[in-house]
Amino acid sequence: MKPYNRPISASWWLSKSSYLLFMLRELTSIFVWAFLIYYLVQLSHLAKGTEKYTAFLERHASFGWILFAVLALVAALYHSITWFNLTPKVLVVRKGEEKIPPALIAGPHYAAWLAISAVIAWIVLRS
Amino acid sequence: MAERSITLEVFRYRPDKEQEPTFQSYTVPYREDWVVLDALNYLKDQVDGSLSYRWSCRMGVCGSCGMMVNGTPRLTCAAFLKDYYPGPVRVEPLANFPVERDLIVNLDDFMQKLKSVKPWIVRDQEQPISEGEYRQSPAELANYKQFSMCINCMLCYAACPVYGLEPEFLGPAAIALAHRYNLDSRDQGQSLRKDVVFGHEAIWQCTFVSECSVVCPKDVDPAGAIQQEKVAGALDLVKSVLMPWGSR
Amino acid sequence: MALVHDVLIIGGGGAGLRAAIAAVEADPKLDVAIVSKVYPMRSHTVAAEGGTAAVIKENDSLEEHIKDTISGADWLADQDVVELFVKTAPSELIQVEHWGCPWSREPDGRVAVRPFGGMRIERTWFAADKTGFHLLHSLFQTSLKYDAIKRYDEWFATKLLVENGRCQGVTALELRSGLMQPILAKAVVLCTGGGGRIFPFTTNGAIKTGDGMALAYRAGVPLKDMEFVQYHPTGLPGTGILITEAARGEGGILVNKNGYRYLQDYALGKPLDVHDPKHPQLRTMELGPRDKLSQCFMKEREKGNTIPGPYGDVVHLDIRHLGEKKIDKKIPFVRELSKNYAGIDPVYEPIPVRPVVHYMMGGVHTDIEAATPLAGLYAAGECACVSVNGANRLGSNSLTELLVFGARAGRSAAAFAKEHAKLDTSALEIQAKDEQERIRKNFIAKMDGKERIATLTAEMRTAMESGAGIYREEASLKATCDKIAELKNRFKGITLDDHSNTYNTELTTALELENMLEIAETVAHSALQRKESRGSHQRTDHPKRDDEKFLAHSLAYQTDGPPRVEYKDVVITRWPPAERKYGDS
Repeated sequence: MKPYNRPISASWWLSKSSYLLFMLRELTSIFVWAFLIYYLVQLSHLAKGTEKYTAFLERHASFGWILFAVLALVAALYHSITWFNLTPKVLVVRKGEEKIPPALIAGPHYAAWLAISAVIAWIVLRS
Repeated sequence: MAERSITLEVFRYRPDKEQEPTFQSYTVPYREDWVVLDALNYLKDQVDGSLSYRWSCRMGVCGSCGMMVNGTPRLTCAAFLKDYYPGPVRVEPLANFPVERDLIVNLDDFMQKLKSVKPWIVRDQEQPISEGEYRQSPAELANYKQFSMCINCMLCYAACPVYGLEPEFLGPAAIALAHRYNLDSRDQGQSLRKDVVFGHEAIWQCTFVSECSVVCPKDVDPAGAIQQEKVAGALDLVKSVLMPWGSR
Repeated sequence: MALVHDVLIIGGGGAGLRAAIAAVEADPKLDVAIVSKVYPMRSHTVAAEGGTAAVIKENDSLEEHIKDTISGADWLADQDVVELFVKTAPSELIQVEHWGCPWSREPDGRVAVRPFGGMRIERTWFAADKTGFHLLHSLFQTSLKYDAIKRYDEWFATKLLVENGRCQGVTALELRSGLMQPILAKAVVLCTGGGGRIFPFTTNGAIKTGDGMALAYRAGVPLKDMEFVQYHPTGLPGTGILITEAARGEGGILVNKNGYRYLQDYALGKPLDVHDPKHPQLRTMELGPRDKLSQCFMKEREKGNTIPGPYGDVVHLDIRHLGEKKIDKKIPFVRELSKNYAGIDPVYEPIPVRPVVHYMMGGVHTDIEAATPLAGLYAAGECACVSVNGANRLGSNSLTELLVFGARAGRSAAAFAKEHAKLDTSALEIQAKDEQERIRKNFIAKMDGKERIATLTAEMRTAMESGAGIYREEASLKATCDKIAELKNRFKGITLDDHSNTYNTELTTALELENMLEIAETVAHSALQRKESRGSHQRTDHPKRDDEKFLAHSLAYQTDGPPRVEYKDVVITRWPPAERKYGDS
């Protein structure tokens, strides 16, 4: 008369599209970390002087490294967009009995992101 | 017009007879307005009386009839055959729970977790009945109303991969219920629930998969409740670090 | 090793949970247990929608609530009971508010009330349109506070243990293991609900099979006023799912196939325009009492004015004029249910509805303390008949009754338990062994039966609807009585597919059918003997109310043959019987 425990397969996250998207979202953090480390390495080479830095840039102009940069960008975008879209669930603001619309919580996050990106882009591109 | 039919593949487990579960295939008449529960009742009444499952209200409010239908946790009283036609429809007991018999799962773990969050109004001082009701504005009611709608159907536990992989996880419904009481303006028990809710087997085990909120038939949004408790938990941690002398 | 408690409550719904809490609060040293065939959250209290009545507003008075209840009951309610019920109601509802029930509120934070059928003044407290759900969950969650309350979840009580004229426990089947055990107690409280499932179309869930009524009946306790069965006027066709009276309380109207508000033809007053601020008028038209509204449907059907549908005739409940905002705020569950189970959105289309069985006014005979004639046995809620509701219950009085008499029964049982030590357990254990053997022989081990449970159940339901429905007469009632007797006999030849132990739900379904046949028999026979029309019991061959002969409660006793029906006078205090008038405001 023992209850039966059904085993969970290691590929549980492949059984549903929502689980798969969840795993991809979590995996984006690996790309974010990897890119951060790459960027720190890049900065350390910059500190070693123009020759070392130019050599670094030439080494990393290969297809493989560009692909990595593109994937990391896509991952970071997915990471940020899913995060911003979830913020209304975490921050609930009420006006009387009504909740303020989710767009008004997620919206300012996007706006701030665009604003900061615009500022950084201006600094980088004007040089 | 010839009567249409649909096949159900039903999970069977008869611990008195067998060690392992099996699947049994049945053909039932297809009716436009039948739900999966109607099909199961037809089976039990006319074909195989030994099929065991839970049900009662058949209107989506008692929470008894939760099962996996084609791999998704559903209330079988609200899962229409016409959405699955031509089938076959696979019916299994709720995932992540031990199976007692056929489509009936063991709920002891959930019942214990429900109790552990102290889901009742806690007050330092009770107002005497003679003074009437506690005043609660419509806005204060709206604050927690959504989280009070849980019918304890446990579809959220069946959908949660964390609960499946780590069964000590307190789980969506229990945390949402704790949140309901924490947000109730009449309650003063948030600090009493902290140990359980802010514990390492509770909110911090949630990785915000959100599948619980997707399957919830009552739009309780347990995922939202858990994240909101995480904010409360984080603030509580900051407060205890910055002001360790404050009362807990 | 026997299971022993001080107070044992059978049934974990609103009444049972309230009784348990009342018992431990009366004496924290008491050991209280609840036996329920389902987890308490599944109890049918959960499906109640509209609200629960109590006098709380300045424009209301206890006297008005009493008068509404007594006239609603067509003068069959015991007036001392009604007075106590109305007086106790407000404090009970405030208590449950203190326990967290999320009552809907006025802007100033006070509890809000809504109009309901048969009441002159608004007094129905509500939690949107899921009042029963919120009430049940608030009670259940509060009961978890008390370690002294032990629960036996998914244990099916099969028999009352009676020794020396005193009830001392039950035998119960643990579904998980299939083991039958005696659970002994100094006092027992039945809170097992009604038995609407003896009819084919009902708002009631699967579990409403009158188990506790049958338990008491077999132990020699009479079932009172069983002939009074309430048809709720607005159930969905086919499923019977409840569309709450609150839809009419908020201003919904009932129209026939000509779009005509037909209730005005039946002495229920004159209709106001739906946009008139005075609509809906209390105790008028759509806010008349349930028995009359269901009877009007039948009369309209006879005239050919109802709308044919795939599940029989219907009328239309129109709430479109309320607007989406009001519907989503006040009756969102009505919208959800209509969309899911009637395939229409009531914001844009009228809801097809018809009368369906909803509530049993009758039940286990108790006095004002919730005590049955059997020492040590108490009862409360729909399974009991005190009587608050007489020949017809007003909407929103039932949830209040759960609280008032659930608490009363808990306290009475606690007092009895304190004063009475338990008697010899060996006699009780022998009874329990006999019961275990009976179940084994008649169900588990039986291999030569021929009758299927579903067949007998369907025949019982057909017989009840045809003979003991809204309108009754001698010949069809007699036919129903005979049919039930035949089914009881055929039940002895029942066959099960399932002979196992673990969660044998076919066995419990068979036991439920056994219980249903008993109470169906009392309904039919009590109806046959009552040769008058009163409230929800309408005889076309005796169309008038007869206060001379029948201002009395029927008491049905079990015999070896058909039930023996006796009568007991109704308690009249300050409100002598008068004509029952509606539409008079």
